[in-house]
Amino acid sequence: MHEMSIATSLLNIIRQEMDKHGATKLISVKVVFGKLSNIVADSLDFAFEVLTKDTVLEGAKLEIEELPLTMRCCKCETEFSPELANAMFAPCPECGEEFGHTLLTGKELYLENIQAE
Amino acid sequence: MEIPVVRNILEANDRIAEQLKALFTQHKILVLNLISSPGAGKTSLLERTLTDLKDEFTMAVIEGDCMTDNDARRVAATGAQAVQINTEGGCHLDSSMVLSALSSITLDGLDILFVENVGNLVCPVEFDVGEDAKIALLSVTEGDDKPEKYPLLFAESQVMLLNKVDLLPYVDFDVDVALRHAGRINKDIEMFQVSCRSGEGLDIWYDWLRKERSAKAQA
Repeated sequence: MHEMSIATSLLNIIRQEMDKHGATKLISVKVVFGKLSNIVADSLDFAFEVLTKDTVLEGAKLEIEELPLTMRCCKCETEFSPELANAMFAPCPECGEEFGHTLLTGKELYLENIQAE
Repeated sequence: MEIPVVRNILEANDRIAEQLKALFTQHKILVLNLISSPGAGKTSLLERTLTDLKDEFTMAVIEGDCMTDNDARRVAATGAQAVQINTEGGCHLDSSMVLSALSSITLDGLDILFVENVGNLVCPVEFDVGEDAKIALLSVTEGDDKPEKYPLLFAESQVMLLNKVDLLPYVDFDVDVALRHAGRINKDIEMFQVSCRSGEGLDIWYDWLRKERSAKAQA
């Protein structure tokens, strides 16, 4: 729902980076986000397309990579990556502990790289 | 050419949030970001809190809504400073909106600033507005599976207030389910059951505010 704000911030960073490197044509952009960051890839793609239309950045490809959720068990320290939709409630596969696991990855939201000319 | 970047996309928001944090720390103001669905009782909670703690603290509210200044008027009726931000369709408040709202608030002598976010359990969680803590407000007229459906809010909040508990005899809300799920997502979350209508349970919330405010004053 807030993909428009994210796309706006993303484009600001892209413009800064392109200026810094003297690039004028944007080819592609790679964005990485964690499973928990509430980003809908299709909406981000749509927002990116709308915001770049009729600008010099129009036509650039947006690559989106989703990072899985990984957690560390608070009891036996096993690291695990629950695949389920209710992943935050998954018990530790090793010892079965249900509560208080530490989130290792899943909240990321960053621009990884830009391909430009 | 490939330009390696690795920059947080919300860095502009986070940068302003850091400035806000520094400003709030300098003025020793406790700042709380109140997040819930529409209708869970954020404004009612504030009306109660601002009235009941009026003699103890100087408080102000930044109200976020898509449209209208209804909530700011309700809050201002308690005598507290209130500023309305209309996001005109935007689903959350961000740090730059809060920064501009501050120009209408007297920070000197202020003890607690509440940011009443736009009613939404998803987007506001992503945008730091310089707060000390996020407060998740849930009401028993919603589903008891909200913590399960919107885990990030409950994972990031320091307190979960369960509101409208006076209505429990009339609804199918299972308190244990909601509390258990919230506790499972966040083992440190403090959970208070309250009714802003009857006043039940609010004392515990007020004690929490006193404790946090005094910690901030000494920071």
